[in-house]
Amino acid sequence: MGSIKDVFHRMGSPRFFYQGSSLWVRGLYIGGTLGLIIGSFWGLALAPPDKYQGDSFRIMYIHVPSAHLAEMVYFACAVAGFVYVVWRMKMADVFIAAAAPVGAILTLLSLASGILWGMPTWGTGWVWDMRTTSVLVLLFLFFGLIALRQAIPRPDRAAYSVAILALVGVVNIPIIKYSVEWFTTLHQPASITFANEPTIETSMLWPLLVNTIGLYIFIAGVIVAAMRVGVLKREQATEWVRDITRSMQR
Amino acid sequence: MNQSLIEVNELTCTVADQILFDRLALTVVPGDVLELWGPNGSGKSTLLRCLAGLFEADGGVIKRAVGLLYMGHRPGLNELLSPFENLRWCAGLQERDVSPETLLSAIHYVGLDRYKDEPCRTLSAGQMRRAALARLCISKSRLWLLDEPMTSLDDDAVALVRDLIAKHRSAGGGCICATHIKLEFPQTRVLELGA
Amino acid sequence: MGNFGVQFRRDLLVAIRGRTETANPIAFFVLALSLFVFAVGTDSETLPRVAPGVVWVVALFAAMLSTENLFHRDHDDGSLELMLLDSRPLFLGVLGKLLAHWCVSGLPVAILSPLAAVFINAPFEIITILVGTLLLGTPVLTLIGGIGAALTAGLGRGGLLLAVLVMPLYIPVLIFGSGACYRVLDGATVTGPVLWLIALLAGSITLAPFAIGAALRGSQEY
Repeated sequence: MGSIKDVFHRMGSPRFFYQGSSLWVRGLYIGGTLGLIIGSFWGLALAPPDKYQGDSFRIMYIHVPSAHLAEMVYFACAVAGFVYVVWRMKMADVFIAAAAPVGAILTLLSLASGILWGMPTWGTGWVWDMRTTSVLVLLFLFFGLIALRQAIPRPDRAAYSVAILALVGVVNIPIIKYSVEWFTTLHQPASITFANEPTIETSMLWPLLVNTIGLYIFIAGVIVAAMRVGVLKREQATEWVRDITRSMQR
Repeated sequence: MNQSLIEVNELTCTVADQILFDRLALTVVPGDVLELWGPNGSGKSTLLRCLAGLFEADGGVIKRAVGLLYMGHRPGLNELLSPFENLRWCAGLQERDVSPETLLSAIHYVGLDRYKDEPCRTLSAGQMRRAALARLCISKSRLWLLDEPMTSLDDDAVALVRDLIAKHRSAGGGCICATHIKLEFPQTRVLELGA
Repeated sequence: MGNFGVQFRRDLLVAIRGRTETANPIAFFVLALSLFVFAVGTDSETLPRVAPGVVWVVALFAAMLSTENLFHRDHDDGSLELMLLDSRPLFLGVLGKLLAHWCVSGLPVAILSPLAAVFINAPFEIITILVGTLLLGTPVLTLIGGIGAALTAGLGRGGLLLAVLVMPLYIPVLIFGSGACYRVLDGATVTGPVLWLIALLAGSITLAPFAIGAALRGSQEY
């Protein structure tokens, strides 16, 4: 029991995190990039073209992982928010601060690739279908997290408020999703169907899986790297950070 | 018998990378008056806000035995309501049934009889402070946390504050008071911050 | 009832004393509706069709703009400190404040909505459902807006920030509220969306005050 508490405590220590994570970043970047290269090559060059969509479906290999990751990043932010509200663990806040912009970029990537995919497939860039709309709402939620932090001058106060907002957001996500689903079934134009979707071939699925895992690892690397910067900024007045800056100047 | 009203240990607080107080300890027992001295920015207000539970310190233990009254820089008066209505609301917050007569006598005590039904925005700064002081008159809390209660008060009103605190301590209450004007009570203790 | 009644009475009194400020959301509601008509035109085909959605969106904006004041003044004059000092949970007090606020923002909008509907040529058959959904939906808007207002209390003019925080959370209310109106237009049954609005109301009454209380406690730490 004591040792678990100890690990938990040390995980929450910015200094321990900073010193322990320098190797992870490199590992995560290498692993993630490798996964993305393999997955993308497999998906873009080796996988068979789609029966209905030809080659344009291949944008799915960017679109689907980024949408999925964006959602996961938001959930992770909410979990970190819970950890911060309950235990006031500093690193949880550093995580949210680092992850929110990454999540916003992922939603943008997903929306942009969705528009590119929609052009040849649906003949229109934007369709208010359930998934597009949910990702758009997710982008708004990320904007909220970023904007609220920017607006509050004191860091710990900002941390607390952003954590609460992340929790409020995550409670709302399922409700928003359901309402959007209800909305789209009400307004869905009949011309758009997803006939080929449930029966996606496994040869198309494998590269998607590899790319998704690759993106997971890569994004983890990006977030850890951003967290390291966040730690340095937060702790800039402490002696150990001053030591680092001094050694860098030399 | 001499149960302490508040007991603070190891209280540490940093604001904007500046250590305001480090492992501070203090105790207030019934009849105690503790004055907080210190230059501007030395953390007097922050300490009082910590003790009131409005501000979270970085570390330390605060044991409060009893309900408390806090009077900060801001008067806590809605400017559209009259001093009487504000006082009634404040009593209601603690779910206490205070009779209108008691409220009126409190307002009389702080010398705002003529203004009891005027909206607070017509009051001057000193009168606003007086209206806030009326809270002390009806208070049943045993621990008072006062942040510069003498600000913008005239001599009469300063005497009034002294009088209220004296009554409060003789009734077995305790008081922590950030101040620049010495209260000049017998046996007050002083905590100097930022020294 | 504890602090519920105390807060409710006080805030209602404040709203009555500050009449002009209280009337602003209602004036906004009417003004913004007429702006829509100027933008869309008085085409007898289009206007009735967009009317329910327009009334709902404008009601939503009115609710959002008025929530900005919910805790702002209390924070500035120090009343909020007094509320928070009380060690009792904030739940009932917060609910009292929100109810008072709804009585002078959401409720008048819902009551005025039949007039507004006539004003922008909405079909008559939707008037009942419009009032009904607004009565169910605007309290939810107030509760959710309260979370945003509590998070931005004391941040100076937080109007646009509040909008960014709160608008994504308003989406379900808007969808079910105006969706129910369109279902009536299309001759379909409205039980589904109305039940959803009731569920949203029940859920937000139970959860939002907790979030608001937590956010308010945090708002003190400047």
